[in-house]
Amino acid sequence: MAEHLLLRHRDIPDIDRLEVYRAHGGFEAFRKAVTQMDPDAVTDEVKRSGLRGRGGAGFPTGLKWSFMDKSNWPHYVVANADESEPGTFKDREIMERNPFQFLEGVAIAAYAVGAQRAYIYLRGEFWPIARWLDEKIAELEAAGLLGDNLFGTDYSLRIYTHLGAGAYICGEETALLESLEGKRGQPRVRPPFPPQKGLWGKPTVVNNVETLTNVPLIIERGADWYRTMGTEKSPGPKVFSLSGRVKRPGNYELPLGTTFRELIFEHGGGIIDDRPIKGIMAAGASSSIMVATDEVLDTPMDYESPQKVGGMLGSASVIVLDDTVNMAWLVKKTVHFFHHESCGKCTPCREGTYWMDKLIQRIMSGQGTQQDVETLYEVALQIRGKTLCALGEFSTMAVVTGIERFKEDFEAVVRGA
Amino acid sequence: MKNAFYEQHRDEIEAILAKYPPEHKRSAMLPLLYLVQREFGGHIPPEGMQIVAEILDVSVTEVDGVVGFYTLFHDRPGGRYRIQVCTDMPCALRGAEDFLHQLEDALGIKAGETTPDGLITLEEVMCIAACDKAPVFQVQTPEGLTYHENMDLEKALALVEAWRKAEAERAAQ
Ligand SMILES: Cc1cc2nc3c(=O)[nH]c(=O)nc-3n(C[C@H](O)[C@H](O)[C@H](O)COP(=O)(O)O)c2cc1C
Ligand code: SF4
Ligand code: FES
Repeated sequence: MAEHLLLRHRDIPDIDRLEVYRAHGGFEAFRKAVTQMDPDAVTDEVKRSGLRGRGGAGFPTGLKWSFMDKSNWPHYVVANADESEPGTFKDREIMERNPFQFLEGVAIAAYAVGAQRAYIYLRGEFWPIARWLDEKIAELEAAGLLGDNLFGTDYSLRIYTHLGAGAYICGEETALLESLEGKRGQPRVRPPFPPQKGLWGKPTVVNNVETLTNVPLIIERGADWYRTMGTEKSPGPKVFSLSGRVKRPGNYELPLGTTFRELIFEHGGGIIDDRPIKGIMAAGASSSIMVATDEVLDTPMDYESPQKVGGMLGSASVIVLDDTVNMAWLVKKTVHFFHHESCGKCTPCREGTYWMDKLIQRIMSGQGTQQDVETLYEVALQIRGKTLCALGEFSTMAVVTGIERFKEDFEAVVRGA
Repeated sequence: MKNAFYEQHRDEIEAILAKYPPEHKRSAMLPLLYLVQREFGGHIPPEGMQIVAEILDVSVTEVDGVVGFYTLFHDRPGGRYRIQVCTDMPCALRGAEDFLHQLEDALGIKAGETTPDGLITLEEVMCIAACDKAPVFQVQTPEGLTYHENMDLEKALALVEAWRKAEAERAAQ
């Protein structure tokens, strides 16, 4: 097994202690950036590394940083630690076990965009993690690694944690900013995007926890080294959260481009009771359901390939489905989730998820007809392309692909089989 | 505005406000609501909203809207311990729904209800980022929140027993 670069605690269990992290080179990348590199040079190095956002969209990180409006100050960095996509539990492990590497990533990002304040927005359920990070931040301040005039320069930086209070939509970056401003977490109309107008109307970079945790490595070891891992268009390591009907669910750090087969059967130990695998959702509850054919199993998990076989990588939360799972049941669960989490700001999502929930409940209660299945399908298609944020779209993914690709599951429920 | 609640909790409130630029103190909304919820024993009554509205110079209606939006804020009292079982899809694939039903039977209440002694409220929640350790629940109390992973009925009931004991001791004092 190659060295862990993100889940480094698996090789060095006490890396959550500052002296241990520093003994392994910790905060040298931040020092190097602040004392030897121009902020733009840091952004350029991240650009050259090809690092892409790990929060779901895969947007190039360095490019995002370069969009910050330099005519409007101050700038802010916000770490997205909302981690609420069903099936995703990687940011939590990183923050709990390798907190300093994450915090160093936040610090380097802040320096690169000229921010003197950064916030970590954690979902409310991560209350204990927020307390833990507060302790780590205090240690860094005491050690002179955060605070005023860092390393004898005129650069100063403070990092603060901020807790949400239970709302999936707050993972969407503009809803997150609204929530951080003390409001209901409802998405904003875009453009403008946060690098133009973000927190308190000021240019803001929002990055996922795992994205930021990659950054110290890139500055320490260089973009060329980073590109030796993963694929040409999706370089670097990735933490895959594996869940569902596998023998060994958990987080696995593997290069981008690893196949589904390797993740599920080698690392995950295969299917519970060695039953047949039936489907895969690669991006949590927001994903289309892929039929687990050999072609799909041999597809590399990078940001391009799953799309060619009717899926997407998203946050790389791989949920495995075996032949015990009826997809109509699964659709009931995902629709219930999105109906519950719709923020209600736009009609197609608010009403659409309501009707989908009603229909699938009727179908699952045994009262439904084939006509209800068709109506459900139509309602899902009606939502698409008409919503303010991607949640509306997400709510339709399992519905549409479930009905298209696993028709017999719905028929069986309708027949009462 | 600095009300009596502010004076009583000055240090904590000022530490919260110090995290945000003074012109953006509204950002302290969620942390202040957590503080108020703790002080009112696990829920935020109208006077709690009033307190926050005064400190942040916003209307009570706005505070009310925020409280209603987030699932970890409660505008009505519940049990001192809120057992929040994740029954979302990835956990349900690993037996979470069965686990919830066992717990309902053992506690004699359904999800959404509170035990007659007011100690426990049982709730269903969406994914809490612990899907590889199902069955899981979090326990929300006025003071905070803890995770309980790889649960079974026996372990869950042992926790409940410990709370009952702690509560009986508290009552005896
Ligand atoms: C409904 C919805 C939920 C989201 N939830 C999260 C989340 O929990 N964590 C996250 O990092 N990004 C989430 N995102 C993506 C963010 O909007 C944003 O793209 C991301 O934080 C950018 O960081 P990255 O470029 O480093 O990936 C969500 C997006 C949507 C539409
Ligand atoms: S799509 Fe849904 S979640 Fe997104 S803004 Fe509209 S109502 Fe809110
Ligand atoms: S589905 Fe239960 S913790 Fe994720």
